Amino acid sequence: MLQKAIVARECPEVGEKGVSIFERPQMSPLGDCALVIAFGDEIDQAINWRVKASWDRLEAASLPATVEHIPTFTNVTVIYDPLRASYKELVAEIGRVIEALPAQISGTEARTVEIPVCYGGDFGPDLESVAARNDLSPDEVVAIHCESTYPVYMIGFAPGFPYLGGMSERISAPRLDTPREKIPAGSVGIAGRQTGVYPIETPGGWRLIGRTPLRLFDPTRHSPSLLQAGDLVRFTAVSKKEYERTQREEA
Amino acid sequence: MKVLAPGLLTTVQDLGRIGFAKQGVSPSGAMDGNALRAANLLVGNDEDAAGLEITSGGMRLEFRKRALIAICGANFSLAISGVALPSWRAIYVEDGSVVEFDDARRGWRAYFAVAGGIDVPTVMGSRSTYLRAGLGGLEGRPLRAGDQLARGRAGAAAQRAMLDSGQSLGPLPFALTGRVLSNPERLYRSGPIRFIPGPQWDMMDEADRKAFVTETFEISTRSDRMGYRLSGRELRSAKGAELISTAVLTGTVQVPPGGEPIVLLADRQTTGGYPMVAQVIRADLGAVAQLRPGNEIRFTEVTIDAAHEALRYVENVVGELKGAEDRAPSRP
Repeated sequence: MLQKAIVARECPEVGEKGVSIFERPQMSPLGDCALVIAFGDEIDQAINWRVKASWDRLEAASLPATVEHIPTFTNVTVIYDPLRASYKELVAEIGRVIEALPAQISGTEARTVEIPVCYGGDFGPDLESVAARNDLSPDEVVAIHCESTYPVYMIGFAPGFPYLGGMSERISAPRLDTPREKIPAGSVGIAGRQTGVYPIETPGGWRLIGRTPLRLFDPTRHSPSLLQAGDLVRFTAVSKKEYERTQREEA
Repeated sequence: MKVLAPGLLTTVQDLGRIGFAKQGVSPSGAMDGNALRAANLLVGNDEDAAGLEITSGGMRLEFRKRALIAICGANFSLAISGVALPSWRAIYVEDGSVVEFDDARRGWRAYFAVAGGIDVPTVMGSRSTYLRAGLGGLEGRPLRAGDQLARGRAGAAAQRAMLDSGQSLGPLPFALTGRVLSNPERLYRSGPIRFIPGPQWDMMDEADRKAFVTETFEISTRSDRMGYRLSGRELRSAKGAELISTAVLTGTVQVPPGGEPIVLLADRQTTGGYPMVAQVIRADLGAVAQLRPGNEIRFTEVTIDAAHEALRYVENVVGELKGAEDRAPSRP
Protein backbone atom coordinates (compact mmCIF):
# COMPACT_ATOMS: atom_id res chain seq x y z
CA MET A 1 0.00 0.00 0.00
CA LEU A 2 2.95 2.21 0.65
CA GLN A 3 3.90 2.51 -3.00
CA LYS A 4 0.44 3.74 -3.88
CA ALA A 5 0.99 6.81 -1.76
CA ILE A 6 4.22 7.70 -3.47
CA VAL A 7 3.93 9.39 -6.81
CA ALA A 8 6.51 11.15 -8.91
CA ARG A 9 5.97 14.87 -9.16
CA GLU A 10 7.84 17.87 -10.42
CA CYS A 11 9.64 19.63 -7.65
CA PRO A 12 8.87 23.30 -7.15
CA GLU A 13 11.61 25.77 -7.94
CA VAL A 14 13.02 27.59 -4.98
CA GLY A 15 13.75 31.25 -5.47
CA GLU A 16 17.10 32.78 -4.61
CA LYS A 17 16.83 34.34 -1.18
CA GLY A 18 20.52 34.92 -0.62
CA VAL A 19 20.71 32.46 2.27
CA SER A 20 24.00 31.86 3.97
CA ILE A 21 25.11 28.48 2.71
CA PHE A 22 28.60 27.77 3.99
CA GLU A 23 31.15 27.88 1.19
CA ARG A 24 32.60 24.62 2.45
CA PRO A 25 30.89 22.21 4.85
CA GLN A 26 32.20 22.76 8.38
CA MET A 27 33.14 19.70 10.45
CA SER A 28 33.41 19.77 14.22
CA PRO A 29 33.48 17.10 16.93
CA LEU A 30 30.42 16.28 19.05
CA GLY A 31 31.96 14.43 21.95
CA ASP A 32 34.26 11.46 21.43
CA CYS A 33 32.01 9.34 19.17
CA ALA A 34 30.39 11.79 16.75
CA LEU A 35 31.04 14.74 14.50
CA VAL A 36 28.79 17.32 12.88
CA ILE A 37 29.00 18.43 9.24
CA ALA A 38 27.27 21.82 8.95
CA PHE A 39 26.12 23.34 5.66
CA GLY A 40 24.56 26.59 6.87
CA ASP A 41 22.92 28.16 9.87
CA GLU A 42 19.30 28.81 8.96
CA ILE A 43 16.23 26.79 8.07
CA ASP A 44 16.23 26.88 4.30
CA GLN A 45 15.50 24.44 1.55
CA ALA A 46 18.73 25.06 -0.39
CA ILE A 47 20.77 24.29 2.76
CA ASN A 48 18.64 21.26 3.53
CA TRP A 49 19.17 19.93 0.00
CA ARG A 50 22.92 20.01 0.59
CA VAL A 51 22.32 18.12 3.83
CA LYS A 52 20.32 15.55 1.90
CA ALA A 53 22.86 15.23 -0.92
CA SER A 54 25.72 14.68 1.54
CA TRP A 55 23.67 12.29 3.63
CA ASP A 56 22.92 10.22 0.50
CA ARG A 57 26.62 10.08 -0.33
CA LEU A 58 27.57 9.07 3.22
CA GLU A 59 24.92 6.34 3.31
CA ALA A 60 26.13 5.03 -0.04
CA ALA A 61 29.81 5.16 0.99
CA SER A 62 29.08 3.50 4.35
CA LEU A 63 32.57 4.15 5.72
CA PRO A 64 33.69 1.25 7.94
CA ALA A 65 34.11 3.34 11.11
CA THR A 66 30.75 5.10 10.82
CA VAL A 67 27.77 3.79 12.76
CA GLU A 68 24.99 6.17 11.77
CA HIS A 69 24.34 9.40 9.82
CA ILE A 70 21.57 11.66 11.12
CA PRO A 71 20.36 14.49 8.86
CA THR A 72 18.69 17.56 10.39
CA PHE A 73 17.77 21.06 9.13
CA THR A 74 21.30 22.33 8.52
CA ASN A 75 23.71 19.50 9.28
CA VAL A 76 24.48 15.80 9.30
CA THR A 77 25.66 14.22 12.54
CA VAL A 78 27.91 11.20 12.00
CA ILE A 79 28.25 8.71 14.84
CA TYR A 80 31.46 6.71 14.62
CA ASP A 81 33.37 4.02 16.43
CA PRO A 82 36.58 5.55 17.77
CA LEU A 83 38.11 2.09 18.08
CA ARG A 84 38.08 1.90 14.26
CA ALA A 85 39.13 5.42 13.26
CA SER A 86 40.39 8.57 14.95
CA TYR A 87 38.52 11.84 14.60
CA LYS A 88 41.18 13.18 12.23
CA GLU A 89 41.13 10.12 10.00
CA LEU A 90 37.37 10.27 9.78
CA VAL A 91 37.30 13.98 8.94
CA ALA A 92 39.66 13.26 6.03
CA GLU A 93 37.60 10.30 4.81
CA ILE A 94 34.30 12.16 5.06
CA GLY A 95 35.85 15.15 3.32
CA ARG A 96 36.59 12.92 0.33
CA VAL A 97 33.06 11.49 0.30
CA ILE A 98 31.27 14.83 0.31
CA GLU A 99 33.77 16.90 -1.69
CA ALA A 100 32.71 18.65 -4.86
CA LEU A 101 29.00 18.84 -4.19
CA PRO A 102 27.51 20.73 -7.13
CA ALA A 103 27.13 24.47 -6.53
CA GLN A 104 23.40 24.21 -7.24
CA ILE A 105 21.50 21.36 -5.73
CA SER A 106 17.78 21.09 -6.26
CA GLY A 107 15.28 18.54 -5.14
CA THR A 108 14.35 17.34 -8.63
CA GLU A 109 15.15 13.81 -7.57
CA ALA A 110 13.05 14.12 -4.43
CA ARG A 111 10.29 11.64 -3.82
CA THR A 112 6.82 13.09 -3.29
CA VAL A 113 4.58 11.32 -0.82
CA GLU A 114 0.87 12.02 -1.06
CA ILE A 115 -0.90 11.96 2.29
CA PRO A 116 -4.69 11.60 2.19
CA VAL A 117 -6.41 13.56 4.95
CA CYS A 118 -10.00 13.53 6.10
CA TYR A 119 -10.42 17.13 7.27
CA GLY A 120 -12.71 18.51 9.97
CA GLY A 121 -15.34 16.71 12.03
CA ASP A 122 -14.14 14.49 14.86
CA PHE A 123 -10.78 14.13 13.10
CA GLY A 124 -10.16 17.88 12.95
CA PRO A 125 -11.82 19.47 15.99
CA ASP A 126 -9.80 22.68 15.56
CA LEU A 127 -10.47 23.25 11.84
CA GLU A 128 -13.18 25.79 12.66
CA SER A 129 -10.99 27.75 15.06
CA VAL A 130 -8.09 27.84 12.58
CA ALA A 131 -10.52 29.14 9.94
CA ALA A 132 -12.05 31.74 12.26
CA ARG A 133 -8.65 33.05 13.33
CA ASN A 134 -7.70 33.64 9.72
CA ASP A 135 -11.07 34.97 8.47
CA LEU A 136 -11.46 31.97 6.20
CA SER A 137 -14.05 29.26 5.79
CA PRO A 138 -13.05 25.71 6.81
CA ASP A 139 -13.09 24.73 3.13
CA GLU A 140 -10.66 27.52 2.31
CA VAL A 141 -8.28 26.32 5.04
CA VAL A 142 -8.41 22.83 3.55
CA ALA A 143 -7.79 24.17 0.04
CA ILE A 144 -4.78 26.19 1.20
CA HIS A 145 -3.40 23.27 3.23
CA CYS A 146 -3.66 21.04 0.14
CA GLU A 147 -2.17 23.45 -2.39
CA SER A 148 1.40 23.58 -1.04
CA THR A 149 4.22 21.09 -1.43
CA TYR A 150 5.97 20.62 1.89
CA PRO A 151 9.65 19.64 2.14
CA VAL A 152 10.52 17.16 4.90
CA TYR A 153 13.50 18.87 6.53
CA MET A 154 14.14 16.13 9.06
CA ILE A 155 12.56 13.38 11.15
CA GLY A 156 12.82 13.81 14.91
CA PHE A 157 11.01 14.53 18.19
CA ALA A 158 9.14 11.21 17.97
CA PRO A 159 9.43 8.10 15.78
CA GLY A 160 8.55 9.08 12.21
CA PHE A 161 7.63 12.71 13.04
CA PRO A 162 8.38 14.95 10.02
CA TYR A 163 9.49 18.56 10.41
CA LEU A 164 7.77 20.12 7.39
CA GLY A 165 8.50 23.49 5.82
CA GLY A 166 6.43 25.50 3.41
CA MET A 167 3.08 26.09 5.12
CA SER A 168 1.14 29.16 4.04
CA GLU A 169 0.99 31.93 6.64
CA ARG A 170 -2.66 32.39 5.68
CA ILE A 171 -3.61 29.35 7.81
CA SER A 172 -1.22 29.76 10.72
CA ALA A 173 -2.58 29.48 14.26
CA PRO A 174 -0.99 29.38 17.72
CA ARG A 175 -0.78 26.22 19.80
CA LEU A 176 -3.64 25.43 22.15
CA ASP A 177 -3.33 27.00 25.60
CA THR A 178 -3.87 23.61 27.17
CA PRO A 179 -2.34 20.66 25.31
CA ARG A 180 -4.51 17.58 24.79
CA GLU A 181 -3.51 14.55 26.82
CA LYS A 182 -3.97 12.16 23.94
CA ILE A 183 -3.71 12.88 20.26
CA PRO A 184 -4.48 9.88 18.03
CA ALA A 185 -1.85 8.67 15.58
CA GLY A 186 -2.34 10.18 12.13
CA SER A 187 -3.67 13.52 13.40
CA VAL A 188 -2.75 16.45 11.16
CA GLY A 189 -2.16 19.70 13.00
CA ILE A 190 -1.01 23.28 12.80
CA ALA A 191 1.21 25.08 15.31
CA GLY A 192 2.29 28.60 14.47
CA ARG A 193 3.59 28.52 10.90
CA GLN A 194 4.21 24.78 10.96
CA THR A 195 2.10 21.85 9.96
CA GLY A 196 2.74 18.23 10.86
CA VAL A 197 1.36 14.76 11.38
CA TYR A 198 1.49 12.85 14.68
CA PRO A 199 2.90 9.38 13.88
CA ILE A 200 2.11 7.83 17.26
CA GLU A 201 -0.42 8.60 19.96
CA THR A 202 1.06 11.27 22.18
CA PRO A 203 0.07 14.35 24.19
CA GLY A 204 0.34 17.59 22.24
CA GLY A 205 -0.77 21.17 21.77
CA TRP A 206 -1.11 21.47 18.00
CA ARG A 207 -4.47 22.51 16.53
CA LEU A 208 -5.92 19.45 14.81
CA ILE A 209 -7.49 19.96 11.39
CA GLY A 210 -7.79 16.37 10.16
CA ARG A 211 -6.46 12.85 10.22
CA THR A 212 -4.69 10.56 7.75
CA PRO A 213 -5.32 6.81 7.56
CA LEU A 214 -1.68 6.25 6.53
CA ARG A 215 0.66 4.88 9.17
CA LEU A 216 3.52 7.34 9.40
CA PHE A 217 5.37 4.95 11.68
CA ASP A 218 5.13 1.18 11.59
CA PRO A 219 7.94 -0.77 13.26
CA THR A 220 7.12 -3.89 11.22
CA ARG A 221 7.92 -2.20 7.89
CA HIS A 222 11.36 -2.44 6.32
CA SER A 223 11.50 1.35 6.63
CA PRO A 224 9.37 2.05 9.70
CA SER A 225 9.08 5.78 9.01
CA LEU A 226 6.88 6.53 5.98
CA LEU A 227 8.73 9.79 5.39
CA GLN A 228 12.47 10.41 5.12
CA ALA A 229 14.43 13.64 5.31
CA GLY A 230 14.48 15.13 1.80
CA ASP A 231 11.03 13.89 0.76
CA LEU A 232 8.26 16.21 -0.38
CA VAL A 233 4.74 15.93 1.01
CA ARG A 234 1.37 16.81 -0.55
CA PHE A 235 -1.86 16.59 1.41
CA THR A 236 -5.06 15.60 -0.44
CA ALA A 237 -8.55 15.87 0.99
CA VAL A 238 -10.49 12.62 1.15
CA SER A 239 -13.97 11.70 2.36
CA LYS A 240 -14.64 9.69 5.51
CA LYS A 241 -15.43 6.71 3.26
CA GLU A 242 -12.10 6.91 1.43
CA TYR A 243 -10.37 7.36 4.78
CA GLU A 244 -11.93 4.15 6.07
CA ARG A 245 -11.09 2.23 2.91
CA THR A 246 -7.42 3.27 3.05
CA GLN A 247 -7.35 2.50 6.75
CA ARG A 248 -8.53 -1.06 6.04
CA GLU A 249 -5.87 -1.43 3.35
CA GLU A 250 -3.18 -0.19 5.71
CA ALA A 251 -4.17 -2.60 8.48
CA MET B 1 11.51 -18.10 33.77
CA LYS B 2 8.71 -16.44 35.69
CA VAL B 3 8.67 -12.94 37.15
CA LEU B 4 7.39 -13.22 40.74
CA ALA B 5 7.95 -9.50 41.47
CA PRO B 6 9.16 -6.88 38.97
CA GLY B 7 10.77 -4.43 41.42
CA LEU B 8 10.78 -0.69 40.69
CA LEU B 9 11.42 -0.99 36.93
CA THR B 10 12.62 -4.03 35.01
CA THR B 11 12.81 -4.06 31.22
CA VAL B 12 14.26 -6.30 28.52
CA GLN B 13 17.27 -4.56 26.95
CA ASP B 14 20.10 -5.37 24.58
CA LEU B 15 22.67 -2.91 23.30
CA GLY B 16 20.05 -0.77 21.58
CA ARG B 17 18.24 -0.06 18.36
CA ILE B 18 21.05 1.39 16.30
CA GLY B 19 20.61 3.09 12.94
CA PHE B 20 17.11 4.54 13.28
CA ALA B 21 17.86 7.98 14.72
CA LYS B 22 17.31 9.35 11.20
CA GLN B 23 13.72 8.09 11.58
CA GLY B 24 13.28 9.64 15.01
CA VAL B 25 13.68 6.41 16.97
CA SER B 26 15.68 6.49 20.20
CA PRO B 27 18.39 3.89 20.65
CA SER B 28 17.13 2.63 24.04
CA GLY B 29 19.20 -0.37 25.19
CA ALA B 30 21.06 -0.99 28.44
CA MET B 31 21.89 2.27 30.24
CA ASP B 32 25.12 0.60 31.48
CA GLY B 33 26.00 -1.24 28.30
CA ASN B 34 29.32 -2.62 29.58
CA ALA B 35 27.60 -4.37 32.49
CA LEU B 36 25.17 -6.10 30.11
CA ARG B 37 28.04 -7.03 27.78
CA ALA B 38 29.96 -8.54 30.71
CA ALA B 39 26.92 -10.51 31.92
CA ASN B 40 26.34 -11.89 28.42
CA LEU B 41 29.96 -12.86 27.88
CA LEU B 42 30.08 -14.58 31.28
CA VAL B 43 27.25 -16.95 30.28
CA GLY B 44 28.65 -17.55 26.80
CA ASN B 45 26.22 -15.30 24.89
CA ASP B 46 27.09 -12.79 22.20
CA GLU B 47 27.69 -9.53 24.00
CA ASP B 48 24.59 -7.95 22.46
CA ALA B 49 22.09 -10.61 23.53
CA ALA B 50 19.01 -9.41 25.37
CA GLY B 51 19.02 -9.41 29.16
CA LEU B 52 17.11 -7.65 31.91
CA GLU B 53 17.82 -4.19 33.24
CA ILE B 54 16.73 -4.20 36.87
CA THR B 55 16.42 -0.81 38.53
CA SER B 56 16.62 -0.69 42.32
CA GLY B 57 15.63 -3.69 44.47
CA GLY B 58 12.55 -5.87 44.82
CA MET B 59 12.85 -8.10 41.75
CA ARG B 60 12.25 -11.84 42.17
CA LEU B 61 12.73 -14.30 39.33
CA GLU B 62 11.87 -18.00 39.38
CA PHE B 63 13.61 -20.57 37.18
CA ARG B 64 11.44 -23.30 35.70
CA LYS B 65 14.46 -24.99 34.16
CA ARG B 66 18.11 -25.08 35.12
CA ALA B 67 20.09 -22.17 33.74
CA LEU B 68 23.46 -20.47 33.59
CA ILE B 69 23.05 -16.85 34.67
CA ALA B 70 25.16 -13.80 35.50
CA ILE B 71 24.27 -10.53 37.20
CA CYS B 72 26.50 -7.49 36.67
CA GLY B 73 26.31 -3.75 37.25
CA ALA B 74 24.92 -2.39 40.50
CA ASN B 75 26.03 -4.09 43.67
CA PHE B 76 22.70 -5.58 44.84
CA SER B 77 22.32 -8.06 47.61
CA LEU B 78 21.43 -11.15 45.61
CA ALA B 79 20.24 -14.39 47.06
CA ILE B 80 18.78 -17.79 46.30
CA SER B 81 16.91 -19.35 49.26
CA GLY B 82 18.52 -16.80 51.56
CA VAL B 83 22.08 -17.68 50.49
CA ALA B 84 24.04 -14.74 49.06
CA LEU B 85 25.19 -14.80 45.44
CA PRO B 86 28.10 -12.90 43.94
CA SER B 87 27.71 -10.62 40.96
CA TRP B 88 30.08 -10.47 37.95
CA ARG B 89 30.22 -14.28 37.92
CA ALA B 90 28.45 -17.02 35.99
CA ILE B 91 26.20 -19.07 38.26
CA TYR B 92 24.47 -22.37 37.58
CA VAL B 93 20.96 -22.46 39.04
CA GLU B 94 18.76 -25.54 39.44
CA ASP B 95 15.13 -25.57 38.32
CA GLY B 96 12.81 -24.23 40.98
CA SER B 97 15.36 -21.66 42.23
CA VAL B 98 14.19 -18.13 42.98
CA VAL B 99 16.76 -15.32 42.62
CA GLU B 100 16.05 -12.26 44.75
CA PHE B 101 17.46 -8.81 44.04
CA ASP B 102 17.46 -6.51 47.06
CA ASP B 103 18.95 -3.27 48.36
CA ALA B 104 21.27 -1.87 45.76
CA ARG B 105 24.17 -1.08 48.07
CA ARG B 106 26.10 0.66 45.35
CA GLY B 107 24.78 1.64 41.93
CA TRP B 108 21.21 1.67 40.67
CA ARG B 109 20.84 -0.82 37.78
CA ALA B 110 21.72 -4.51 37.64
CA TYR B 111 21.94 -6.51 34.43
CA PHE B 112 20.76 -10.08 34.31
CA ALA B 113 21.88 -12.39 31.51
CA VAL B 114 20.89 -16.01 30.95
CA ALA B 115 22.65 -18.45 28.62
CA GLY B 116 20.69 -18.27 25.35
CA GLY B 117 19.48 -14.72 26.00
CA ILE B 118 15.96 -13.46 26.70
CA ASP B 119 13.87 -14.46 23.71
CA VAL B 120 11.47 -11.70 22.71
CA PRO B 121 10.71 -10.67 19.12
CA THR B 122 13.26 -8.47 17.38
CA VAL B 123 11.78 -5.08 16.47
CA MET B 124 13.84 -2.94 14.10
CA GLY B 125 16.93 -5.03 14.71
CA SER B 126 16.77 -4.97 18.49
CA ARG B 127 15.01 -6.56 21.46
CA SER B 128 15.36 -3.43 23.59
CA THR B 129 12.28 -1.96 25.24
CA TYR B 130 11.49 1.62 24.21
CA LEU B 131 8.88 2.56 26.77
CA ARG B 132 7.79 5.88 25.28
CA ALA B 133 6.72 4.30 21.99
CA GLY B 134 5.74 0.94 23.49
CA LEU B 135 8.26 -0.82 21.22
CA GLY B 136 10.35 -3.94 21.63
CA GLY B 137 11.05 -5.95 24.77
CA LEU B 138 8.06 -7.76 26.26
CA GLU B 139 5.07 -6.04 24.60
CA GLY B 140 6.91 -2.71 24.79
CA ARG B 141 6.35 -2.43 28.55
CA PRO B 142 8.07 -2.96 31.89
CA LEU B 143 7.88 -6.50 33.31
CA ARG B 144 4.99 -7.36 35.62
CA ALA B 145 4.46 -10.07 38.21
CA GLY B 146 3.41 -13.26 36.46
CA ASP B 147 5.24 -12.57 33.18
CA GLN B 148 6.86 -15.62 31.61
CA LEU B 149 10.18 -15.08 29.88
CA ALA B 150 11.40 -17.44 27.19
CA ARG B 151 15.07 -17.90 26.50
CA GLY B 152 17.00 -18.76 23.41
CA ARG B 153 19.19 -21.81 22.91
CA ALA B 154 22.30 -21.76 25.06
CA GLY B 155 25.64 -22.05 23.28
CA ALA B 156 27.84 -25.16 23.52
CA ALA B 157 30.13 -23.66 26.19
CA ALA B 158 27.16 -22.77 28.39
CA GLN B 159 25.65 -26.24 27.92
CA ARG B 160 28.93 -27.81 29.02
CA ALA B 161 29.23 -25.48 32.02
CA MET B 162 25.68 -26.36 33.07
CA LEU B 163 26.34 -30.06 32.75
CA ASP B 164 29.56 -29.88 34.79
CA SER B 165 27.94 -27.67 37.44
CA GLY B 166 24.87 -29.88 37.70
CA GLN B 167 27.05 -32.91 38.39
CA SER B 168 29.12 -31.17 41.05
CA LEU B 169 26.13 -29.62 42.84
CA GLY B 170 26.28 -29.66 46.64
CA PRO B 171 23.33 -29.19 49.00
CA LEU B 172 22.53 -25.74 47.62
CA PRO B 173 20.37 -25.24 44.49
CA PHE B 174 23.13 -23.34 42.72
CA ALA B 175 26.85 -23.50 41.97
CA LEU B 176 29.37 -20.82 41.16
CA THR B 177 31.39 -21.35 38.02
CA GLY B 178 34.94 -20.18 37.38
CA ARG B 179 33.74 -17.65 34.82
CA VAL B 180 34.23 -14.32 36.56
CA LEU B 181 35.22 -10.73 35.84
CA SER B 182 37.75 -9.62 38.42
CA ASN B 183 37.89 -6.03 39.65
CA PRO B 184 34.78 -4.88 37.77
CA GLU B 185 35.19 -1.44 39.35
CA ARG B 186 37.66 -0.86 36.50
CA LEU B 187 34.61 -0.31 34.28
CA TYR B 188 33.47 2.67 36.35
CA ARG B 189 35.01 6.09 36.52
CA SER B 190 35.60 6.92 40.18
CA GLY B 191 36.55 10.59 39.78
CA PRO B 192 34.56 13.42 38.19
CA ILE B 193 32.70 12.42 35.01
CA ARG B 194 34.74 13.32 31.94
CA PHE B 195 33.25 15.44 29.16
CA ILE B 196 34.16 17.17 25.93
CA PRO B 197 32.79 20.71 25.53
CA GLY B 198 29.67 20.78 23.36
CA PRO B 199 28.84 23.05 20.42
CA GLN B 200 27.32 25.71 22.73
CA TRP B 201 29.93 25.49 25.52
CA ASP B 202 31.20 28.95 24.63
CA MET B 203 27.70 30.37 24.75
CA MET B 204 27.93 30.14 28.54
CA ASP B 205 29.69 32.97 30.31
CA GLU B 206 32.95 32.34 32.11
CA ALA B 207 31.30 32.01 35.51
CA ASP B 208 28.98 29.23 34.30
CA ARG B 209 31.78 27.43 32.45
CA LYS B 210 33.85 27.50 35.62
CA ALA B 211 30.91 26.40 37.74
CA PHE B 212 30.30 23.39 35.49
CA VAL B 213 33.74 21.98 36.29
CA THR B 214 33.97 23.04 39.94
CA GLU B 215 30.47 22.70 41.39
CA THR B 216 28.81 19.50 42.55
CA PHE B 217 25.41 18.73 41.02
CA GLU B 218 22.78 16.36 42.34
CA ILE B 219 20.76 13.83 40.30
CA SER B 220 17.20 15.13 40.58
CA THR B 221 14.25 12.90 41.40
CA ARG B 222 12.85 13.90 37.98
CA SER B 223 15.32 11.58 36.28
CA ASP B 224 14.68 8.44 34.29
CA ARG B 225 15.89 6.45 31.28
CA MET B 226 15.33 9.50 29.06
CA GLY B 227 17.70 11.69 31.02
CA TYR B 228 19.03 12.88 34.35
CA ARG B 229 18.18 16.38 35.47
CA LEU B 230 20.92 17.93 37.54
CA SER B 231 20.04 20.24 40.40
CA GLY B 232 22.51 22.66 41.88
CA ARG B 233 23.77 25.74 40.14
CA GLU B 234 21.56 26.88 37.26
CA LEU B 235 23.51 27.61 34.09
CA ARG B 236 21.51 30.71 33.24
CA SER B 237 23.90 32.18 30.69
CA ALA B 238 23.22 29.33 28.27
CA LYS B 239 19.65 30.42 27.65
CA GLY B 240 18.18 32.85 25.21
CA ALA B 241 19.67 31.64 21.97
CA GLU B 242 17.36 30.55 19.18
CA LEU B 243 18.83 27.25 18.09
CA ILE B 244 17.83 25.14 15.15
CA SER B 245 16.98 21.57 16.16
CA THR B 246 19.83 19.14 15.59
CA ALA B 247 20.79 15.59 16.57
CA VAL B 248 21.44 14.90 20.24
CA LEU B 249 23.27 11.86 21.61
CA THR B 250 23.37 9.70 24.70
CA GLY B 251 25.52 11.67 27.13
CA THR B 252 24.69 15.08 25.64
CA VAL B 253 24.30 17.70 28.39
CA GLN B 254 21.52 20.11 27.37
CA VAL B 255 20.51 23.26 29.18
CA PRO B 256 16.80 24.17 28.85
CA PRO B 257 15.66 27.75 29.56
CA GLY B 258 15.35 27.12 33.32
CA GLY B 259 19.12 26.62 33.52
CA GLU B 260 18.93 23.11 35.00
CA PRO B 261 21.25 20.86 32.95
CA ILE B 262 19.98 17.49 31.66
CA VAL B 263 22.22 14.56 30.77
CA LEU B 264 20.41 12.76 27.94
CA LEU B 265 20.36 8.97 28.23
CA ALA B 266 19.19 5.84 26.40
CA ASP B 267 15.49 6.70 25.87
CA ARG B 268 16.15 10.34 24.94
CA GLN B 269 14.66 12.01 21.90
CA THR B 270 16.81 11.93 18.77
CA THR B 271 16.87 15.69 18.17
CA GLY B 272 16.74 18.76 20.37
CA GLY B 273 16.88 22.52 20.25
CA TYR B 274 18.38 23.45 23.61
CA PRO B 275 22.02 24.53 24.00
CA MET B 276 24.33 21.49 24.10
CA VAL B 277 27.07 22.54 26.47
CA ALA B 278 28.89 19.24 27.03
CA GLN B 279 29.13 15.64 25.91
CA VAL B 280 29.93 12.94 28.49
CA ILE B 281 32.59 10.60 27.08
CA ARG B 282 31.45 7.11 26.16
CA ALA B 283 33.76 5.41 28.68
CA ASP B 284 31.98 7.20 31.55
CA LEU B 285 28.34 6.58 30.53
CA GLY B 286 28.15 3.42 32.67
CA ALA B 287 29.22 5.33 35.77
CA VAL B 288 26.52 7.94 35.07
CA ALA B 289 23.87 5.24 34.51
CA GLN B 290 24.64 3.79 37.94
CA LEU B 291 23.89 7.08 39.72
CA ARG B 292 20.53 7.25 41.45
CA PRO B 293 18.37 10.26 42.35
CA GLY B 294 20.07 12.09 45.21
CA ASN B 295 23.59 11.05 44.20
CA GLU B 296 26.17 13.71 43.44
CA ILE B 297 27.94 14.24 40.14
CA ARG B 298 30.92 16.36 39.18
CA PHE B 299 32.48 17.01 35.78
CA THR B 300 35.96 17.42 34.37
CA GLU B 301 36.99 18.36 30.83
CA VAL B 302 39.16 16.06 28.72
CA THR B 303 40.43 15.96 25.15
CA ILE B 304 39.07 13.65 22.47
CA ASP B 305 42.34 11.71 22.51
CA ALA B 306 42.06 11.18 26.27
CA ALA B 307 38.45 10.05 25.82
CA HIS B 308 39.46 7.50 23.21
CA GLU B 309 42.26 6.25 25.46
CA ALA B 310 39.72 5.81 28.30
CA LEU B 311 37.45 3.91 25.93
CA ARG B 312 40.26 1.55 24.89
CA TYR B 313 40.98 0.86 28.57
CA VAL B 314 37.34 -0.08 29.25
CA GLU B 315 37.20 -2.19 26.07
CA ASN B 316 40.23 -4.12 27.24
CA VAL B 317 38.53 -4.91 30.54
CA VAL B 318 35.42 -6.22 28.77
CA GLY B 319 37.72 -7.97 26.30
CA GLU B 320 39.11 -10.15 29.11
CA LEU B 321 35.83 -12.06 28.91
CA LYS B 322 35.97 -12.67 25.19
CA GLY B 323 37.14 -16.09 24.10
CA ALA B 324 37.88 -17.01 27.71
CA GLU B 325 38.42 -20.74 28.21
CA ASP B 326 35.88 -22.57 30.28
CA ARG B 327 37.23 -23.13 33.71
CA ALA B 328 36.27 -25.88 36.09
CA PRO B 329 33.21 -25.09 38.19
CA SER B 330 33.78 -24.59 41.90
CA ARG B 331 31.45 -25.23 44.79
CA PRO B 332 30.08 -22.25 46.68
